[in-house]
Amino acid sequence: MSASLLLLIILALAAVGFVIGRGRALRSVQGDRRRLHSLPNYYGFNVAMLAFVPAVLVLALWVVVQPMVVNSAVSGLIPHDSYADAGALNLIMSDVKRVAHGLDAVAAQGIVQKIPLSEMNVGNTDIRGLLGSVGVALGSDVTQDVLNAAQEFRAKSAQGALWMSIIVLVVALAGFFAAIRMTNGDLRARNLVEHGIKAVLIGAAMIAVLTTLGIILSLIFNTISFFGMFPMADFLFGMTWSPEGRGGSEHLGILPLLWGTIYISIVALSVAVPIGLFAAVYLSEYASRTTRAFAKPLLEVLAGIPTIVYGLFALTVVGPMLVGFFGADGLNWMQGARSVMTAGLVMGIMLIPFVSSLSDDIINAVPQSMRDGSYGLGATQSETVRQVVLPAALPGIVGAILLAASRAIGETMIVVMGAGAAARLSMNPFEAMTTVTAKIVSQLTGDADFASPEALVAFALGMTLFILTLGLNVVALMIVRKYREQYE
Amino acid sequence: MSDMTDMTAARPQKPVNSLLVQDANTARRNASEKRFRAYGITAIAIGLVFLVVLISSILFKGVGAFQQTTLTLQVELLEAKLDKSGTRDLDKIKKVTTFGYNPLIDDAIRRAIDEIGVENPFRKGKDLRKMLSSGAAGQLREFVIANPDRIGDTVAFKLLASSRVDGYLKDRVSRESLARDKNLTPVHLDLIDALRDAGIVRKGFNMSFITGADASESRPEQAGIGVSMLGSFYMMIVVLLAALPIGVAASIYLEEFARQNWFTDLIEVNISNLAAVPSIVFGILGLAVFIQFAHFPQSAPLVGGLVLTLMTLPTIIISTRASLKAVPPSIREAALGIGASKMQTVFHHVLPLAMPGILTGTIIGLAQALGETAPLLLIGMVGYIASNPPEGLIEGFLSPNSAMPAQIYEWAKRADPAYYERAWGGIIILLLFLMTMNIIAIILRRRFERRW
Amino acid sequence: MNDMTKTEKALEMKTSKISAKNVQVHYADTHAIKDVNVEIEDKTVTAFIGPSGCGKSTFLRCLNRMNDTIDICRVTGDILLDGEDIYDRRVDPVQLRAKVGMVFQKPNPFPKSIYDNVAYGPRIHGLARNKADLDDIVEKSLRRGAIWNEVKDRLHAPGTGLSGGQQQRLCIARAVATEPEVLLMDEPCSALDPIATAQVEELIDELRENFSVVIVTHSMQQAARVSQKTAFFHMGNLVEYDDTTKIFTNPEDPRTESYITGRIG
Repeated sequence: MSASLLLLIILALAAVGFVIGRGRALRSVQGDRRRLHSLPNYYGFNVAMLAFVPAVLVLALWVVVQPMVVNSAVSGLIPHDSYADAGALNLIMSDVKRVAHGLDAVAAQGIVQKIPLSEMNVGNTDIRGLLGSVGVALGSDVTQDVLNAAQEFRAKSAQGALWMSIIVLVVALAGFFAAIRMTNGDLRARNLVEHGIKAVLIGAAMIAVLTTLGIILSLIFNTISFFGMFPMADFLFGMTWSPEGRGGSEHLGILPLLWGTIYISIVALSVAVPIGLFAAVYLSEYASRTTRAFAKPLLEVLAGIPTIVYGLFALTVVGPMLVGFFGADGLNWMQGARSVMTAGLVMGIMLIPFVSSLSDDIINAVPQSMRDGSYGLGATQSETVRQVVLPAALPGIVGAILLAASRAIGETMIVVMGAGAAARLSMNPFEAMTTVTAKIVSQLTGDADFASPEALVAFALGMTLFILTLGLNVVALMIVRKYREQYE
Repeated sequence: MSDMTDMTAARPQKPVNSLLVQDANTARRNASEKRFRAYGITAIAIGLVFLVVLISSILFKGVGAFQQTTLTLQVELLEAKLDKSGTRDLDKIKKVTTFGYNPLIDDAIRRAIDEIGVENPFRKGKDLRKMLSSGAAGQLREFVIANPDRIGDTVAFKLLASSRVDGYLKDRVSRESLARDKNLTPVHLDLIDALRDAGIVRKGFNMSFITGADASESRPEQAGIGVSMLGSFYMMIVVLLAALPIGVAASIYLEEFARQNWFTDLIEVNISNLAAVPSIVFGILGLAVFIQFAHFPQSAPLVGGLVLTLMTLPTIIISTRASLKAVPPSIREAALGIGASKMQTVFHHVLPLAMPGILTGTIIGLAQALGETAPLLLIGMVGYIASNPPEGLIEGFLSPNSAMPAQIYEWAKRADPAYYERAWGGIIILLLFLMTMNIIAIILRRRFERRW
Repeated sequence: MNDMTKTEKALEMKTSKISAKNVQVHYADTHAIKDVNVEIEDKTVTAFIGPSGCGKSTFLRCLNRMNDTIDICRVTGDILLDGEDIYDRRVDPVQLRAKVGMVFQKPNPFPKSIYDNVAYGPRIHGLARNKADLDDIVEKSLRRGAIWNEVKDRLHAPGTGLSGGQQQRLCIARAVATEPEVLLMDEPCSALDPIATAQVEELIDELRENFSVVIVTHSMQQAARVSQKTAFFHMGNLVEYDDTTKIFTNPEDPRTESYITGRIG
């Protein structure tokens, strides 16, 4: 029985449970609702909940765990001498699964075979051709080991599915009958249901934690397997990035990527911070209400534009424009449209509203009495801003800039499209360079085999990126929070 | 008299300077005040200029995608070519490949040229066909298979012009730029000029860009954004169905039920940090968990939607909590006071009152998700050419598709400049969607904003 | 006796520092100050008293044009400082405020060091020729603010770290550092405890030697203790203005008497 069919069955059971539970509660008080502890529907919900929730949890757990168990059991069947490392075993296992799925498809489509599926072997059947006929294309002929493993995989999976159906149904029925047995007019059904709902609410809140956990685990496991194939020191301190090299000549040093990331972020921040800060100061200290009502939302439009638009803008507008000034016809500093400057400038534009609205909030949090004190001494408005308001807002502004920096470091589309693909350690901002995020994309979207260091390095890069941005965020959020407390 | 002297002595020693005369120091300070104010205005002006440049280049470069050049040709559907047996047997008609249709097109072009009385500079049909999209034969074939009874008739077809011809009519391609182009020669352009004067070549509204599917790299004139729009649509449904209930449930727990302890702190810190995690990291998560670990189908809108759900959850939770917080405690006390349980209070009173705010936050979260590209790259929603719209709901969620921003990125990667035009055109559509969503959010906020 | 008062009156007229004539203040649609005429004397402490919302603070803020920072506020009538109209178009409020300093209700030291708080005014107005000069000004001002002994060893500690009373005296020191001619104080003791209040009141009495001090207070005892002249405001009107002793012992207007005796307020 498939998982979705099971789900439908327990859903139906829950629905039936609702009706029966509600009716039983009402019957127990001879139809006089006032004698019930809770509203009748709560009794129904209580039965439905007990029939549904435990069974679904078991089902979900089973669906996740079974493949892992079957996998490890089946991979034991593959002889150890037929693969070199864990990566190669993974490849063989994925073949095994394809063959197994193919055989399932053969069985399902009812293709009549001279030899029954269970007695098939490499000698008596053209497995590859057979599977090809049901749409499962294989890269090479199937070996006997793989076929055996695939047969075992099918058997174990089928067995697992059977047990799953039995256990899930038993759990559902047990919940169903237990709930019905306890249903009577004195049962505190509302409290039970509310406890259930509260558990659901907690579960929803836990998703944030689970997401973080998922991010960390998926980064850590893959990073560890990357460092199993590639020395950590070479990754962290390597000065060259050239994953194309074959065999031992491959260089996966992160330093050029980090340099590109930081360089572009510096360019972006040196555009965004002054403009954003001055805009924030003007909007919060000088602008009339109408100017503010008009300019602030317009600036914030810049923040609502998707990064893909900025990326294309960098590639087709800003890049060619820069080439016009700094390219071969001008100062001859620039070879192509993609460069640190291109990506940095555009990213700077994107970050302007980010800096300005954060700083605006922070400047507005500086108490008016501070300004009054300064005006009372005969300071001009700009003196007040520069010498009183900004110093008072400084920690908050630093926090805002750190958040903007974290944005810049993690930005992907603009650098993928505007910065180039060459990893370089250069000082010339008009040269194409690449970043950590751009390489994550190129390593994971290329043709590289998933278990190879070329692909796995992306997780190590992701890990670096995650740690960098997380550090910046935590520090920034701490500073901003402290700052707000100071004036609350 | 002595009083008077006392009085003068009591006057301040400092020279009395009149308020009506500005002293040098104040003048200097006022000048610096003006400069400072000018910096502020300049900063805002620069920001706004960037916005104007961005918007105008989007419009300038993208509007072309909504126009498409076509050639209206009278094509004779020769029975001898298309259905030799004359039985109108569909299976046999289907055996005729698009190559079989090419001579019909050649004839049609030749006839059109003859009719307008221009000398035909080309001998070979192959050269003539360069003016048309390579998809033109397919267009004919589809028509014939759908209407086999029309074989033998002469039918007027609006055939797509090739992207070079299209570019010529949109001033993207010039005679100079064709010098090194193998696809078209200036002689073609002269012919096009003549055909345009005769009304055979015409630029019209490009509906198939809005509804169509992506095309292969060599046929930009055929590429449309419609199918990836569907991909985005299915993803947004997933985001809405997953993120809204989870976000609201999590917010209710944190705002109404959670006690202040380490566990709640952990969740809150998590949420505020997730809001600032780079989107590409969510892509890595999606790749590792949904595709590698859970074996969900690659490139499927379901997976994309789930990844975007995780990404937008913090946004939705933060805005939902703010709107729950804005419901005054008096409402809760009133409900609790007449004996409602805490749960009933929240679901009967607090939540409905906070709903407009929650919806506003959700729409803004959805808009953010709709425009997001980076995570989709990693779960394979780029590079996949969806040639047909998905059939049915389940296939819509599970079969590989692209999404609007991913499709735009895919076009931007292709070498042909005609694809840049498509990409900008796609951006116009994407921004229209985002604008609509934001306007709805603003209206909701204005309409239902409550001041307690 | 009668003669004596006359000569005194004449003398007062001559040393008048600020004279306000027919001053009206509107906040959007509210008529906050109605036709106020007052002469504020040099080297005198003048107290503005009256119930909350009577306009005394608003009027005080007119005297150095602090109301300019509020968009909806409109001031008409004449306010003359040493015979010059401070609302004249040629007058720069910045220059005016250097002459008419202000101390606020809540101590509001800048988030800077004690030294920088005091040096702020002299710096922006360019009063010091060099560092030594500035040090002198800071020390003198802190002494005048009667806080020198408490802070002389930690001039570079943040001003926000001082106690409330110390902060307010620091703010007074900061105000006198620019050598103003008039010092406006808007309920300077309302946020302070009795001991700090006593210190500040003592200080106000000393400041009288050099400045004309105008203090807004809603404590009648304080007005009686520190001021020589008292103005009683009620609902935007200046009801009575006279010597403090006169106001508190023998008020002419029944409203003043009601307020003094605690029947309104």
